[in-house]
Amino acid sequence: MKSRVLVVDDDPALAEMLTIVLRGEGFDTAVVGDGTRALPAVRDMRPDVVLLDLMLPGMNGIDVCRAIRAESGVPIVMLTAKSDTVDIVLGLESGADDYVVKPFKPKELVARIRARVRRTEAEPAEQLTIGDVEIDVPAHQVTRKGERIALTPLEFDLLVALARKPRQVFTREVLLEQVWGYRHAADTRLVNVHVQRLRSKVEKDPEHPEVVLTVRGVGYKAGPP
Amino acid sequence: MSLRSLVARLPLARRAKRAAASAGVLVSEIRAVALAAWRRSLQLRVVVSTLALSTAVSLVLGLVLQTQIADRLLQGKFDAAIAQAESARVISERDLSGVDPDREGAQGTLNNALDQLTNQSTADSAGAPTAGEFRAALTTGTGSGPEISAGNLDHVSPEQRQTVADGALSTQYTTVDGIPTLVVGQPVRTAGRELQLYLMFPLDAEQRTLGLVQSTLIVGGLVLILLLAGIASLVTRQVVRPVRQAAEVAERFAEGHLDERMPVHGEDEVARLFESYNEMAGSIQTQIRQLEEFGALQRRFTSDVSHELRTPLTTVRMAADILYASRDELLPALRRSSELLVTELDRFETLLGDLLEISRLDAGVAELGTERLDMRHVVARAVEAVRGLAEESHTPLVLDLPGDVYAEVDSRRVERIVRNLVANAIDHGEGRPVNVTLAGDEHAVAVVVRDHGVGLRPGEAGLVFNRFWRAEESRARRSGGSGLGLSISLEDARLHGGWLQAWGEPGRGSAFRLTLPRNEGDLLESSPLPLQPEGDDPDTAHPLPASVPTPPWGTPIPSELRDGQPDDDRDGEGVAPAEPAVLDPRGDR
Repeated sequence: MKSRVLVVDDDPALAEMLTIVLRGEGFDTAVVGDGTRALPAVRDMRPDVVLLDLMLPGMNGIDVCRAIRAESGVPIVMLTAKSDTVDIVLGLESGADDYVVKPFKPKELVARIRARVRRTEAEPAEQLTIGDVEIDVPAHQVTRKGERIALTPLEFDLLVALARKPRQVFTREVLLEQVWGYRHAADTRLVNVHVQRLRSKVEKDPEHPEVVLTVRGVGYKAGPP
Repeated sequence: MSLRSLVARLPLARRAKRAAASAGVLVSEIRAVALAAWRRSLQLRVVVSTLALSTAVSLVLGLVLQTQIADRLLQGKFDAAIAQAESARVISERDLSGVDPDREGAQGTLNNALDQLTNQSTADSAGAPTAGEFRAALTTGTGSGPEISAGNLDHVSPEQRQTVADGALSTQYTTVDGIPTLVVGQPVRTAGRELQLYLMFPLDAEQRTLGLVQSTLIVGGLVLILLLAGIASLVTRQVVRPVRQAAEVAERFAEGHLDERMPVHGEDEVARLFESYNEMAGSIQTQIRQLEEFGALQRRFTSDVSHELRTPLTTVRMAADILYASRDELLPALRRSSELLVTELDRFETLLGDLLEISRLDAGVAELGTERLDMRHVVARAVEAVRGLAEESHTPLVLDLPGDVYAEVDSRRVERIVRNLVANAIDHGEGRPVNVTLAGDEHAVAVVVRDHGVGLRPGEAGLVFNRFWRAEESRARRSGGSGLGLSISLEDARLHGGWLQAWGEPGRGSAFRLTLPRNEGDLLESSPLPLQPEGDDPDTAHPLPASVPTPPWGTPIPSELRDGQPDDDRDGEGVAPAEPAVLDPRGDR
C-alpha cells in the first residue's frame, strides 16, 4: 500500500511540484492550501506524513502543527524558509518531527519523508523496560504501571533506540542517524527539543529525569531498566 | 687610608641614597594623589584658589593697615614728645640760666633741676601738651672739661650726643630694657658751657596698642579666610552637586537606561540646563526607538523576502531536478541546458543564502551559540566537507591539528569559516599542498590556512574581504562562489570577537589566519600563530608583508602595519601583474 502524504501549502505551484515529485517516488498525495482545512484533512485522510509549510494564510503553520499534534501522532515535516534558530525551535517545540529548509532538493525531501514513514514496516516482537516504563515495541505502546503513555511515533522511536542498548551513551549525531535517518551531520537541536518533549511525557519529574538521562558533554542514555 | 674611609662610608651613603629614593617615591606618590584630586574635584580647586587669593589679599590689607596705624600712633607721640621737650627746655633754661657747670656743686644743681623738671611735668600735666611719662637726663657732655651728668645716659647713643653737642635738636628711637623708647635730645643754654638735656619717652603703651592691633588683624584675617573658604565650598557645592547629579544621570543614560531624566527644580540656569538635557535625551530616545523599529522592520523584511524568494526557487529547483534526472532522454542541447540550469540554481541558492546570512549579520540579529569544543574536531569536520573538492583538483591537504585545543566557539560558524578558507586555498593553490595548522595558547586559538599558489598582489590582502570583490584576472573557479564567503567569514569571526587576516605575495601563495579568543567575550591581544610564513623563502623576503589585519571593532590596527599599507600600494604599481585571485568558495547553504 502506498504511503499517503498530506501537503499543506498555500503556494499552488510548489504544491503541484511536490505532488509530481512525490507521486514519482511512489507516494499518494493530497493538497490543502489553507491552514484551517489542514486538521479536517488529517482526520479524513489519515495520512502517514504531513508536509506542513510554516507560513500559511488562515492559520499559522505553528498553530496548525499544535492543533494536529493535539489529536494525532502523525509525523509532521515542516517546510520552512527560515533557518533562524527561533523559528525552527518554535516549530519543533510545537510538535514537528523534522524540518526541511527551502530551497531543498527533491531527494532531500524524499529522504526526510521516507525516514518518517519507515517505522511502519514490520518490527520484531520486543519488550523493553526503562525503570518503571514498559515498552511494547510491536504494539507501539508505552505504559507505566499499566497506564498508557501516548507518544508520537518519533518519540517512540527515540525511546526505543535508547532502550535497546541500555548501557550505551548515544551522541546526538548517532541519534540523528538512527531516529531521523540523517546520514550527514545535521541540526542537533532536533534531538534536544524532542528529548525535552519525550521527557515531559515519560518522566515523573522532567526536572530530574530517570528514564532519559543526560550525559554531560556527550549525549543521552537510557535510565537503568 | 682615605680609600678605606671612603669604602667604609659607602654603605652609609648607599643607605642614605636609598632612603632619599624611597622618600622621593613617597613624595611623588603624594604628589600624584594630590594632582589627581586637583584634577577631579572642581570644588577642591575653587576652595584652594579662594584660600590662596583671600590669604594674599588679607596679607596685603593687614600689612597696609598695620603700617598706617603704627605711623599715626608714632607720629602723635612724636609731636607730643617734641612739644614736651620744648617746654622742658624752657624750664631748664630758666632754672639753669645762672649755673656754671664748671663750678663746684654743679652736680647738685643739675640733680635739682632734673627733679624740678620731672615734678614740673607731672604737676603741669593738665592743660600742657603732654607726651606721657618720661625720664630725663642732663649732662655737660665731654666736649670741654669733665663730664657732669644727672640721670641715666646709658641709652643715649654717642651719635645723638654728638649731634646735640653740636647744638641741634635730635630724636632717636632706641630700646631700653626691651621697651622701645623715643629719645629727644637738645642743648640747654647756661651761664657756662651748654648742657645737653635728654628726655626719654618709653613707647610701651604704643607697642601694646600695636601688638593688639596686630593680633586682631591676624585673627580677623584668619577667620575671614576660613569663612571665605567655607563660603566658597558651600557655593561651589551648590553648583557642583547638580553637575555631579547630571553626570550620574548621563552615565546611566549612556549605559542604555533611556528613561533616565534629570530632576528639574526651579527656573535657574541649572534647571534650564537640565531641561535642555532632558529634551535632548527625549529626542535621542525617540530616535533610538525609531531605529529599533526600523531594525525590526528590516528583520521582518529579510524574513519575508526569504520566504517569498525561496518558495518559487524551491519549485524551480524541483522542476529542474526532474528534468535533470531524465536528461539522458533529452536532446544534447536540452540535456546541456538542464545541466546548466541545475548548476546555476546551486549558485543562485548559494548567493541567496549568503545574502540572507550577511543581511542577518548586518542587522545584528545573528546569534552566537557557543560551546566549549575541541577545535581539532571542528577544523577536521570543515576540512572533510571540502575533501571532495581537494581530490578533484589533486590538491594534497596537509593537516597539523594538535588535540586539546579547546575554545568556546559557535561550531557552525567556525566550520563555515574554515571551510571557506580551505576551499579558497584549494581554488587558488594550483594543486600545490594546502596547509591547515591549528594552535592555541592561554588566551586564543588560531587556524592558519596556507596555500602555495599564485598569492596576492600587494594591497589585495585588504580587498579580499570586500563584498563581491574579485581579482581582475579571475582564475577558473572550481567551487563556484557568491563573492560573499570571505565577508561572511569576517563577520562570523567578528561575532566571536576574533580576527580574520590575510597575507599574500605573488608567487609565494597566500595565508589566512583565523584567531579566536578561548573564552567568549575575551579581548584578543595576540595570535598563537604567525600570519606570514617565516623564512620559507628568505631570498624574496619583503621588509613589509602585504598583509592587512582585519581587526574586530574597537581593536586598533598596529601602527607599523597601518603605516606599511600605503607603501605596499605604491609597490604594487611597479609589480608586474601576477594572477592573484581570492574568490569565495560556496557558502554555508
